Amino acid sequence: MGSEKIRRITSFLILGLLLVGTGIVTGCGSKTTETPTPGQNTPAALSGSLTIAGSTSVQPFSEVLAEEFMAKNKGVQINVQGGGSSVGIEAAVTGAAQIGASSRAVKAEETAKGLTATTIALDGIAVVVNPANTLTGLTTEQVMNIYLGNIKNWNEVGGPDAVITVVTREEGSGTRDAFSEIVLAKKDIIKTAIVQNSTGAVRTTVAGDKNAIGYVSLSSLNQEVKALDINGAAANEANVKAGTYKIQRPFIYVTKGAPSGLAQAFIDYVLSPEGQQLIVEEGAFSIK
Amino acid sequence: MQPISKNLHRRGESWIEKGLAFCAALFVIVIAIITIFIFARGLPILLKVGVADFLFNTDWRPTSNSFGIGTMLVGSLVVTTASLLWAVPLGIMTAIFMAEVAPPRASRWLGALVELLAGIPSVVYGFVGLVLIVPFIRNYLGGNGLSVLAGAIILGIMILPTIINISRDAIRAVPKEYKEGSLALGATHYQSIRRVILPAARSGIITAVVLGMGRAIGETMAVVMVTGNSPIIPAGVLSPVRTMTSNIVLEMGYAAGDHQAALFATGVVLFVFIVILNLVVNMSLKAGAANGRR
Repeated sequence: MGSEKIRRITSFLILGLLLVGTGIVTGCGSKTTETPTPGQNTPAALSGSLTIAGSTSVQPFSEVLAEEFMAKNKGVQINVQGGGSSVGIEAAVTGAAQIGASSRAVKAEETAKGLTATTIALDGIAVVVNPANTLTGLTTEQVMNIYLGNIKNWNEVGGPDAVITVVTREEGSGTRDAFSEIVLAKKDIIKTAIVQNSTGAVRTTVAGDKNAIGYVSLSSLNQEVKALDINGAAANEANVKAGTYKIQRPFIYVTKGAPSGLAQAFIDYVLSPEGQQLIVEEGAFSIK
Repeated sequence: MQPISKNLHRRGESWIEKGLAFCAALFVIVIAIITIFIFARGLPILLKVGVADFLFNTDWRPTSNSFGIGTMLVGSLVVTTASLLWAVPLGIMTAIFMAEVAPPRASRWLGALVELLAGIPSVVYGFVGLVLIVPFIRNYLGGNGLSVLAGAIILGIMILPTIINISRDAIRAVPKEYKEGSLALGATHYQSIRRVILPAARSGIITAVVLGMGRAIGETMAVVMVTGNSPIIPAGVLSPVRTMTSNIVLEMGYAAGDHQAALFATGVVLFVFIVILNLVVNMSLKAGAANGRR
């Protein structure tokens, strides 16, 4: 009887210890940062650390670029953080980050604080409909009114008499943020809109419903859906670069003053053919 | 010689016991860590927003600091109830057929089919729903097809195996004497099933329904694919709807800060829901055991 009790107590003790142990491992294990090791195979060995903060839309691009850059320069540690475009610009002003990332044009009052903006990529958003839809184009204002719920029927924009199925991305999606900012002036999307949480799901929904309208990143367009002309400009890379296709945004790195040192080396790498290639692979347009 | 070997034997035995206890402890730890984690991440925002506001506010705009899962609470309940409405009668009838009416061979075949139904991954159900049920609703019933109805049909199919299996076992567990006694008193087979066997198997059948309900509330992938996920209170069966589980899986990809915390809080609410359901099951099982003893 006594040993039974003791055994029970010890097993609880073991359990408790394990709990505390795992807590320590999971809680504190993640904070360690690698100490930079001196570069071995690069002639002009770069070293030190660099912080990039800002737009969550630019973040995945920065991460891929930083990873490649660090692989080439062993002594460099690049930290990529989110926060949003305004946070990124502010961080560059205060020096909290050497590079601020923005997915919107930098405002005049922001450049007045001595910032240099370098556009690293362009991103376009295509407004897509079912291939069976006879419509070929809309204006940004019509798209806005469809998404705000002011236009509910295709016949109000020159299509057949059918209720529009509005398809949108989920809250928090970078594509939704960009679409909302560029087309909707940040006003709320109609609540009855169908919500899908990936580009693929939006395409599938639009491809399956002949009355649907959706939006996807221009780089992930395919034959399943039809991209509409916006204000008369076809949704393609050339029109994005020419600026005639309006639903687009730049990806910008801002630095305080002209970039120097490590920040300059990194931005040079991003603008190099190799860096631009990574950006294209990740799903945006190169600036060239 | 003998005492030593016996001692060795006993020592080996005790190590095995310790090993088993360790495995059990590990299991407890895993559950504990998950629970603690969900609550640690979800509770702060729940308290900040206010529990009542979080549960009953119907405005979900997490990137504009408006956290109310009222629409999804209603959504989960509506879709689950609608699926139970057709799956429970169908499931129980099938269970009765398998346990009481069907020849043993047919019953075995049906059992194998039910197992098959239970083994299909939920994403496959969702896909079938998306390419079969959603277009059907869109073309013949109206709306765009992504709807409460599509969710209820798919969920109903998914919970059928749970309801059928557990109800069938409960019906089979009714002592043979009950049926024999009833038949001996001159009741027909159907009368015996309805008046004697089903009441005796009641607690097992209730368990089947509650477990099916738990599965329906917790199901995610298939529901996300066919319900349209609009954060609104559905206006009818053809209206799109978002459930609590859908909300988490939809938005977790890019959520950060309070938004992410609010998704964890949605998980806390779900967690409490499921715990309550399990308590109901345990109570009905206990009630059943008490009935059996009587």
